[in-house]
Amino acid sequence: MLKAKIFVQLKPSVLDPQGKAVTNSLHNLGFAKVLESRISKYIEITFDSQDRDLTAAEVEKICKSLLANPNTETYHYELQEI
Amino acid sequence: MRVSVITFPGSNCDHDAYEVFQARGHHTAMVWHKDTDILQPDLVILPGGFSYGDYLRCGALARFSPIVKEVVSFAQKGGLVMGICNGFQILTETGLLPGALLMNSQLKFICRHQYLRVESANSPFTKGIEAGTVLDIPIAHKEGNFFIDEAGLKGLQDSDSIIFRYCDAEGQYRDNPNGAIDNIAGIINAGRNVLGMMPHPERAATDSVSSQDGKKIFEAIERYFDAAN
Repeated sequence: MLKAKIFVQLKPSVLDPQGKAVTNSLHNLGFAKVLESRISKYIEITFDSQDRDLTAAEVEKICKSLLANPNTETYHYELQEI
Repeated sequence: MRVSVITFPGSNCDHDAYEVFQARGHHTAMVWHKDTDILQPDLVILPGGFSYGDYLRCGALARFSPIVKEVVSFAQKGGLVMGICNGFQILTETGLLPGALLMNSQLKFICRHQYLRVESANSPFTKGIEAGTVLDIPIAHKEGNFFIDEAGLKGLQDSDSIIFRYCDAEGQYRDNPNGAIDNIAGIINAGRNVLGMMPHPERAATDSVSSQDGKKIFEAIERYFDAAN
């Protein structure tokens, strides 16, 4: 089996209010060196397949058609044998 | 006018919209998201709510409901479609409208009255309403922070596609509730037949509520329909 570990992130040009709130909280906690935090989504999908190329092509399709909104988000992933 | 209101699992403003159109004397139907027939409407309403629990992204999963294919094809043929709140989010996810609706800048769900400025009368949804008119219409959302890249924003501005902007009682852009870029509260597509707006005109259209300014939008749609038929 293969597991896809997929990260969906807001584009750098898109304001991330949640990340900003986390940054503020970290500053309040005294982590003065924190410059910025950005919140992402992490999605794991398990495939009944050993074929890395075919699975990678499928993950691309999944990300493009559903998991990431191309207007605001980018994605990257890694495949792991399990 | 024949109006079809689409209900998704999690829609919660579908009945409000239905009641308003029904009370105004229109032939109004509720259409379930698994249906494949939108019942030959003159106007489709994608109502507010939390379709599919807002899972993944607001509106992202509703896009795959069978009825949405029909709505998209209706819109592409020039049919009138109005997306309110979650309906606006669904319209951006389907690609019928550009941009995206992000989380409010202050991370909170906001439910309150909000002033809007009608920016253009050049739409079926604002026909006969003078540009600059200020309307008092409730908002209720957590993901209403409209975002579009710089080129996209310029495209909307240059094509008179921004139909509503958030403002204060005087019509000045001094009250942006959610951080939306350029104070945008509602936009229309290039074909000028698909409107998305975050505020809820159906919640300000009956005599039992404090503001009736939503009626002006429904009257505008009726003016457009009467002129076209």
